[in-house]
Amino acid sequence: MAAVTSKGQRLWNRMLVATVFVLVIVFLAPLYWISSTAFKPRSLATTVPPTVVFEPEITPFIKLFTRRVQMRGEVDPEVYEEAEWYEKRVLDAGERFIKDADGNIESSGYWSRFLNSIIIAVTSTFLAVAMGTLTAYGFSRFRMPGENDWLFFILSTRMLPPVVVAIPMFLMYRAVGLVDTHVGLIILYTAFNLSFSVWLMKGFIDEIPTEYEEAALVDGYTRMEAFFKIVVPQTATGVAATAVFCFITAWNEYAFALMMTNSKAQTAPPYIPSQLGSGITDWTVIASGTFLFLLPVAVFTFLLRKHLLRGVTFGAIRK
Amino acid sequence: MAQIKLENISKKFGRQTALSDLNLDIADGEFFVLLGPTGAGKTTTLRLIAGLDAPNAGTININGENVNEYSAAERDVALVFQYYSLYPHYTVRQNLEFPLRSKVRRLTEQDISASVARAAKTLRIEHLLERKTDKLSGGEMQRVSIGRAIVREPRAFLMDEPLSNLDAKLREILRAELKDLQMKLGATFLYVAHDQVEAMSMGDKIGILCDGHLVQVGSSQDIYNRPRDTFVATFVGSPAMNLFDATLSNGKAVVIPGSLEIPTSGEAMNHLRERAGKVKIGVRSEDILLDSSGPLEGRIHGVENHGVEKVVTLRVGELLLRATVPARTVLELDSPIRFAFNDKKLHCFDAASGQNLIFGD
Ligand SMILES: Nc1ncnc2c1ncn2[C@@H]1O[C@H](COP(=O)(O)OP(=O)(O)OP(=O)(O)O)[C@@H](O)[C@H]1O
Ligand SMILES: [Mg+2]
Repeated sequence: MAAVTSKGQRLWNRMLVATVFVLVIVFLAPLYWISSTAFKPRSLATTVPPTVVFEPEITPFIKLFTRRVQMRGEVDPEVYEEAEWYEKRVLDAGERFIKDADGNIESSGYWSRFLNSIIIAVTSTFLAVAMGTLTAYGFSRFRMPGENDWLFFILSTRMLPPVVVAIPMFLMYRAVGLVDTHVGLIILYTAFNLSFSVWLMKGFIDEIPTEYEEAALVDGYTRMEAFFKIVVPQTATGVAATAVFCFITAWNEYAFALMMTNSKAQTAPPYIPSQLGSGITDWTVIASGTFLFLLPVAVFTFLLRKHLLRGVTFGAIRK
Repeated sequence: MAQIKLENISKKFGRQTALSDLNLDIADGEFFVLLGPTGAGKTTTLRLIAGLDAPNAGTININGENVNEYSAAERDVALVFQYYSLYPHYTVRQNLEFPLRSKVRRLTEQDISASVARAAKTLRIEHLLERKTDKLSGGEMQRVSIGRAIVREPRAFLMDEPLSNLDAKLREILRAELKDLQMKLGATFLYVAHDQVEAMSMGDKIGILCDGHLVQVGSSQDIYNRPRDTFVATFVGSPAMNLFDATLSNGKAVVIPGSLEIPTSGEAMNHLRERAGKVKIGVRSEDILLDSSGPLEGRIHGVENHGVEKVVTLRVGELLLRATVPARTVLELDSPIRFAFNDKKLHCFDAASGQNLIFGD
């Protein structure tokens, strides 16, 4: 960067900084809203104007994982005395757990939905990245007739908005019994992500000089061994970037999850809003569910941030 | 070890012909140098032998066996690439071990570490073994590349300008080491050089490649003293051979009528006495002798000092000739000077085809 900057440039820089600042606020505000609501007492969740300073509590999360009913009247002091700390929190809020015959607290559906989300997003990401990398390697290293047409065909699967195929997909899924199964959603998300994965990975693999693999071939390795020992480690950055994007897509997908699943394989996105309807809406519970739902993507992205940065600027950084 | 034979090899990349009808015969234990200008097809030749590309026509034989259908791994040759091909995510040691860990070899850990230690010692890279390869200098990388070839015992070594990125001093040392290594192993080497000094000093045999054709194969003396055509004559030697037009008639080669005429009675030109017509005469710079009683006269146009010798540019009419003289010769710019050609060492080429008329076949 030049040491001497003209007045105009400085003004320009300031405007840029200001713009970025405004954008950051615009993007972070909803995030702050949902995170803070997740820790609010229910009474403060809907105040106007919004409450900014409050004592955070964990009650919404306890409520999130359990089934409860509104109590009529006061709580029996004896019951209150014997209750565990988490039960007390709920009783304080004027609700009580629904228990089964053995006295165990019944859990809400959230945890199993969350697990479904993880299983489906992780598996479909793995499949999309693995198949995408192999396909991209083939396109990058071998010449074949109509290569560009094939690549275009792969891309074209993303040109229609997915909802257009929703009804035929649903009918097909129903016919083969894939509705409300993990496999069904995994196939669907893998297919969504595959074209993206192929294109992104091809860009990364094209950057790797072929000499590396050729040296391995001459050194006595097969093409497959060369691919796994040389190409894959070399393109770790590309794999990481592609994986993050595929994971986010699969994790956040709403429309198909809503349509294709209802209980067994339901993921978190359609589940969270389904809680809006039952009884009087407890926004703190919705917020805590959303807050937990945001965490995996944040963690995943954070772990791979180094690769992501290179992934976004790929081609620009070269040895 | 192995003998390599290429028969009628052609290789095209799309419409571009990289090699056409190439025949090459490398004996067992020979140090064969392939020399040629950029784009001549040297790398392509090595890649075909290594099995990284397939020829459009022709056969490749190793030890008398047609290996056209063999994979690179099955051919069991080592290749040092022109550009770095060290695995960047490995250390130097892992790079050296890599060829030994191939499933086709099945070596014990002891054998592997012994081979790595031996190669590292030969190339003096022992202190670098634990270093990541992207933290090496260009010269160190090239040593490691060579090391990766010599850790195992392949049937032949193919090296694509392995010394091109080194400074002159290191290059000289490594040149000697490689030559030494080849003698010690008795290995077959096919070595691509860009630099003729390298080719001359290392090769048992040199093949000159130009535009995908093998122009001449021979010992370094052969190539230097008996160039088959004007391309070889000017490509090999520094400064380049002086080459000028002349007309043969009446037992004389007339370059500039009256002032530069060469009688064909000399040893080299002798059997061209009967010939007439346009030719090109070639004289190496060291075969122009400054001699106060010489038959020819010119002016001193320029002098370059090269240390042990000087290269003098002489001007005769419009013609510039470069001569090598001992450094202590006193020369004054623009002064007239007499000189002679060493008539045993004159070359004469056909003006149209460029073929050597004296040593041609
Ligand atoms: N993969 C390729 N695709 C298209 N053309 C190629 C390819 N590889 C080589 N060529 C062409 O073939 C010819 C010979 O190339 P080659 O690399 O063998 O030259 P070289 O003698 O090794 O040159 P240099 O001394 O510059 O390394 C060149 O004209 C080159 O452009
Ligand atoms: Mg080359």
